Amino acid sequence: MSIFRKKNAKKGPMAEVWRKLKKNKWAMVSLFIIIFLILVALFAPLLCPYDYALQDYEHVLEVPSWAHPFGTDNFGRDIFSRVIFGSRYTVLIGFGCITVSAVVGIALGLIAGYYKKLDGLIMRSIDIVIGMPAMTLLMCLIAVMGISLRNMCIALCITHIPSFARVTRAQVLTLKNQEFIEASVALGANKKRIMLKHILPNALAPNIIEYSLGAGGVVLWSASLSFIGMGVQSPTPEWGLLISEGRQYLRTAPHMAIIPGLTIILLTFVLNYLGDGLRDAMDPRLNK
Amino acid sequence: MEEKKLLEIKNLVIQYEVNKVIVEAVNGLDLEVGEGECVGLVGETGAGKTTTALSIMGLIPDPPGRIVSGSIKYQGEELIGAKEKRMRQIRGREISMIFQDPMTSLNPVLKVGDQIMEVILLHEKLSKADATRKAQEMLEMVGIPANRYEEYPHQFSGGMKQRVMIACALACNPHLLIADEPTTALDVTIQAQVLELIAGLKENFNTAMLLITHDLGVVAEVCDRVAVMYAGSIVERGTIRDVYKNTLHPYTEGLFGSLPNLDEDTDRLKPIAGMMPDPSDLPKGCAFSPRCPKATDRCREERPQAAEATPGHFVACFHAAGED
Amino acid sequence: MENLVSVRNLKKYFNTKEGQLHAVDGVNFDIPTGTTLGVVGESGCGKSTLGRVVLHLLEKTDGQIFFDGKDISDVTPKELHELRRQMQIIFQDPFSSIDPRMSVSQLIGEPLKIYKLVKSKEEYNKRVKEIMDIVGLASRLENSYPHELDGGRRQRIGIGRALILNPRFIVCDEPVSALDVSIQAQILNLMQDLQQERKLTYIFITHNLSVVKHISNDIMVMYLGTAVEKSESKELFKHQYHPYTKALISAIPRIDIDHKMERILLKGELASPINPPDACRFAPRCNYACDVCRQSMPPLEEVTPGHFVACHRVRELNDL
Repeated sequence: MSIFRKKNAKKGPMAEVWRKLKKNKWAMVSLFIIIFLILVALFAPLLCPYDYALQDYEHVLEVPSWAHPFGTDNFGRDIFSRVIFGSRYTVLIGFGCITVSAVVGIALGLIAGYYKKLDGLIMRSIDIVIGMPAMTLLMCLIAVMGISLRNMCIALCITHIPSFARVTRAQVLTLKNQEFIEASVALGANKKRIMLKHILPNALAPNIIEYSLGAGGVVLWSASLSFIGMGVQSPTPEWGLLISEGRQYLRTAPHMAIIPGLTIILLTFVLNYLGDGLRDAMDPRLNK
Repeated sequence: MEEKKLLEIKNLVIQYEVNKVIVEAVNGLDLEVGEGECVGLVGETGAGKTTTALSIMGLIPDPPGRIVSGSIKYQGEELIGAKEKRMRQIRGREISMIFQDPMTSLNPVLKVGDQIMEVILLHEKLSKADATRKAQEMLEMVGIPANRYEEYPHQFSGGMKQRVMIACALACNPHLLIADEPTTALDVTIQAQVLELIAGLKENFNTAMLLITHDLGVVAEVCDRVAVMYAGSIVERGTIRDVYKNTLHPYTEGLFGSLPNLDEDTDRLKPIAGMMPDPSDLPKGCAFSPRCPKATDRCREERPQAAEATPGHFVACFHAAGED
Repeated sequence: MENLVSVRNLKKYFNTKEGQLHAVDGVNFDIPTGTTLGVVGESGCGKSTLGRVVLHLLEKTDGQIFFDGKDISDVTPKELHELRRQMQIIFQDPFSSIDPRMSVSQLIGEPLKIYKLVKSKEEYNKRVKEIMDIVGLASRLENSYPHELDGGRRQRIGIGRALILNPRFIVCDEPVSALDVSIQAQILNLMQDLQQERKLTYIFITHNLSVVKHISNDIMVMYLGTAVEKSESKELFKHQYHPYTKALISAIPRIDIDHKMERILLKGELASPINPPDACRFAPRCNYACDVCRQSMPPLEEVTPGHFVACHRVRELNDL
């Protein structure tokens, strides 16, 4: 209804989403924490008080103190430094893998939605990926390719492609039949232009939500894989691996596992919270 | 005009609050509907027609909507502030409403006949068998064979669905029927059928009606009196003849000038300049003044009140009584 | 006058689960340059499909389309791309027919980019401003987005987009149906002015008979994919010979309360256009249908000069 027209909307639809997101306090806090963690990951070497691999047998399994804010582990390594350095792996694996998945998934979804002939092939292949339990699939892929950081990333990318492809394809299928697409055809636009200029920007919104939630998922998966020894290998301080190492000392030095555990919880929590916030901001039904 | 008033609306003001912006949807509206009379409420998108209708039914969504002041009297009974229980008795039984879109107003998973029966059971103490029989009668009355009682909405065309909606609305013999753009979604020949049916109601059941539409032609076909609405208030009201033949308000004139005439040849239409004012930022004086060719400084400063130009013909314009 | 657009025996069938849907079934017409052909009919009569087939937005099943004397029934994608500069369309729904993520100037300027018609940013801005001025959009709206604008302004964007390439022929698919009467009149006047200034040729598709009478030179009445009556506009509103046209015109609610027309009520509703029999499409609803109407489809015949009717009983019913 025209009387519900908003007065303060001045920019495009994305600016509108941003305006609504800004009103969501917790989503904004989450966004700042995420940005903070990314900065920490980027500048990790500058922030670490100790070398993350430096072993110090005089201070083994120490509880948190001023010298070692998060305590030390069974080799006397500074856990604070290890967590900070580990963020490089965890945060960057999270965002890196999900970005690759998003790009590939969105491209596949676009093609599947727009070209009927390829739809069957692409979507059935994707069904195969979805059809398997994610953990089994990840372990199979890594087992076949060999355990390494790179192979874990490839496996994580593959398992996260389907959700982007599906969401994009569904969007394309509805957009394709809209009049403004026909209008562009009538104006002489070719397929490439229609796909990239009209369909893609309109199909992106739900993918942004998927991206945020997916990044949280990747963090958890990579931690889980490292925990069971199929991901990052010691002494690389990935957060999942830190928990795994702390597991044996859970009774004598619980901080070894608990602190990296808390950081993983924090990261996935804020990613999910941001995803939820984006979903609310983009849902036109929640406009009022 | 000393006949008994069925519905009397006085100085109704309704506001919506959206994102801290106050939108004046209805702005000092006066309207009367007599017993067995058909009144047309004409206006463009955003004039506040539907809001007015919903307020009579007590269905203004609150929040964001709020009835700020005014009164709505049905048979002398004040409806604003009436208890929800009382409103439920009135809705359907005394006052019924037909909505614009017949496609979405029916529940797709229920048989059409049962949807009519449900309304009857809600208001009348009848056995299921009697209610079913009555629902079948209602279907026949709106021109649908009773043997289609068992069918579902998707098996009906748009015109048929609107007939079912009319049957639902009339199931309990209401005194007043509010029809919100009942034929807008229909094709011309189907519209003619539905209008015929609506005109018949007045004759056969003495049902009073408030017909909301943007189509002046439809009003001319079925209504006795007409009220023209602009930016939340009535600018002109009177009998069809008064308003159509002795048009006084510049907005009404503009509406007629905008319509291509079927019976005369016009080379060029005379549209109203500009567009509807933003209802959250109405002009200070007469709401129509920014678009009005006759507007003077007084129009821009002061809001004209409705005055009786000839008996029963009310106009809210400073220029109506004077020069013209 | 030269005919800019001609169509011969045009057919468009859709294959559906239930069978073949005859959306357009053997339609012929000629439109002289600079004039308007009004196509009227109720929903489902195939009028929108007709417009799209002429523009190659849908591929025809059979028949021929001529544009400026050339047969364009079968064109290569490259020829079609060039052709689109001359043939444009304005859509009914100003809400769904423009990309919500583009600003007004991006929307209007898009065709310039598609055809790489401008060399510099300045020239682009100038052309967009010019068109915005012509269609009556204030230049301050340049960076606004569609959701901030009302229906009338959006429709002006649609018209601007169609005009910027300087086309010669525009299919107008219910361009004012979604608008309020006062805005509708503004847009109709705009379209008439543009036609005069630019010698545009229109197909004006609508269900609104008053509008079509006002804007068209010739009118074609369609029923279930076929043309039932075709004539010069004023003539059609004076004399209707086909029973459907008569009912249609009598059914329009009139504002003139002193000259009420007797309404002819049609029975029933539109029949299904799927696998229609070889018979008059209107026969099931016609008050005058007889055996011959149910056995063969009547051809469109000239009953008086320039007035064509497709009815077996036209002469006997109208004393011609």
